[in-house]
Amino acid sequence: MQDVVEVRREPRSVEEIRGDFPILSRQVHGKPLVYLDSAASSQKPLAVIEAMNAYYRSSHANVHRGVYEISEEATAALERARTKVARFINARQSRQVIFTRNTTESINLVAYSWGWANIRAGDLIVLTTMEHHSNLVPWQLLAQRSGARLEFVPVSPEGLLQLDVYARLLEQGPKLVAFTQMSNVLGTINPVKEMIAQAHAAGAVVLVDAAQSAPHLPLDVQELDADFVCFSGHKMLGPTGIGVLYGKRELLEAMPPFLGGGDMIRSVSLRSSTWNDLPWKFEAGTPAIAEAVGLGAAVDYLSALGMEWVRQHERAITAYALERLQTVPQLRIYGPASGEQRGGVVSFSLADIHPHDLASILDQEFGVAIRAGHHCAQPLMEHLGLVATARASFYVYTLPEEIDVLVQGLRRALEIFQL
Amino acid sequence: MSMDYREYILDHYRDPRNYGRLENPTVHVEDSNPLCGDQVSMDLLVEGDRVTAVRFQGRGCAISQAATSMLTEMVEGKSVEEVVRLGKDDILEALGIPISPARMKCAFLGLRVLHKSLVLAGLERPEHAEERDDEL
Repeated sequence: MQDVVEVRREPRSVEEIRGDFPILSRQVHGKPLVYLDSAASSQKPLAVIEAMNAYYRSSHANVHRGVYEISEEATAALERARTKVARFINARQSRQVIFTRNTTESINLVAYSWGWANIRAGDLIVLTTMEHHSNLVPWQLLAQRSGARLEFVPVSPEGLLQLDVYARLLEQGPKLVAFTQMSNVLGTINPVKEMIAQAHAAGAVVLVDAAQSAPHLPLDVQELDADFVCFSGHKMLGPTGIGVLYGKRELLEAMPPFLGGGDMIRSVSLRSSTWNDLPWKFEAGTPAIAEAVGLGAAVDYLSALGMEWVRQHERAITAYALERLQTVPQLRIYGPASGEQRGGVVSFSLADIHPHDLASILDQEFGVAIRAGHHCAQPLMEHLGLVATARASFYVYTLPEEIDVLVQGLRRALEIFQL
Repeated sequence: MSMDYREYILDHYRDPRNYGRLENPTVHVEDSNPLCGDQVSMDLLVEGDRVTAVRFQGRGCAISQAATSMLTEMVEGKSVEEVVRLGKDDILEALGIPISPARMKCAFLGLRVLHKSLVLAGLERPEHAEERDDEL
């Protein structure tokens, strides 16, 4: 299989980029789809769909150990995808990239494997109140079983982490610190590099939830000096069913396996086994080969656009959205006011209209897809005194005209609710 | 959801009927929709074979709250036998607008609470309520 890597020097127009995404030309309820839910899952460019298609049409077989042409091709495709991802996040070695199902599984892998080997009763784990449930519940389970303690860095009214509290918690010598690089509710971009350095100075291991940031910001795991970084393929133009755990080599080497089975072993006897090398030690069973190929194609696509361009585009579209949303009466925006501290996510509420009613009206009358609810971050919602918010989120294909349709829909919702 | 929320839905949402608590209810039940956080609690007063009073409290979207308000109007003063028979068709008919699959849980939250109450009060078989719930 040949990889087609398009190297483009000129920035492409968003209109041109949209042409790469077949779904963006469909209609819903007789209106052009306005997809503003990329923080939940992004749409896929043809390059990704076709890479997976081509893999299944020409090269599929089970990977590793197959001593015939197409199995060797499939193995090469899987490992090539790993190398692409490693380059994308600037990992030192591709064996530090472990394929999982998604961010949630990556975090659980660390919580079970590293956590069980290293966390004891009375140990401290520091999290933040802005975490997605996937970076909260695995640590609750670990704490319940090990007797470890959980402490939380609170969020200020502006939606920023209270770093003075973080510093004080670090003084208590936590074993592990885990936080998100970007809030999926508030869009807050946390100062992870500084936070990691502080945590290391306090002797803690650091896990970064990059589910929201890896698709949208340039990510350099060596520059960040993160110990573990977790993200999902489907939020970054890739398919569902594939995620990544990046880890520092010495940590990964020392960790016991997570799932047992085929592929993760070196040798097996009836009563004991020895483990395979990294990364396969953590990849039990037949992996998601086509999905890895799709993720590789997604990474190529993003690299061709350039992650700096992606960030610039989202900063511009988010600034436009904040400006336009502020013209809607009775609309309240949550999270940081400044575009520098915010990714392409805007949570808001409109008068006393429940976000689900809002989302239904936007969908039915305007073809606008937004998310409504607690965004899998109930503790944060409680902290904000909210049951639910509406959330619009943006990506490489989002146009200012789509923000205009959103704003038009919100004004219509006010009319419907006679406000 | 259709093109607009009909006037009567908004009316029930803004001005819910039978809102509040009963002093000595036969049964009190609360439930929430974990997906969206909509909440409904309900008090029933059953005297003889009749539901003589009903009150509810809740917060959530217009569909969940209006549907529950409408449901309480169908319940009050009816025989237990009639109340046990109330189902999703009654709710959809009362709402009178198309409800998308994702919003069905909102529309039927009050109905769930009602049937939970009946089960708790020993007036409905749990299997019956569960079967109804599975249909939702």
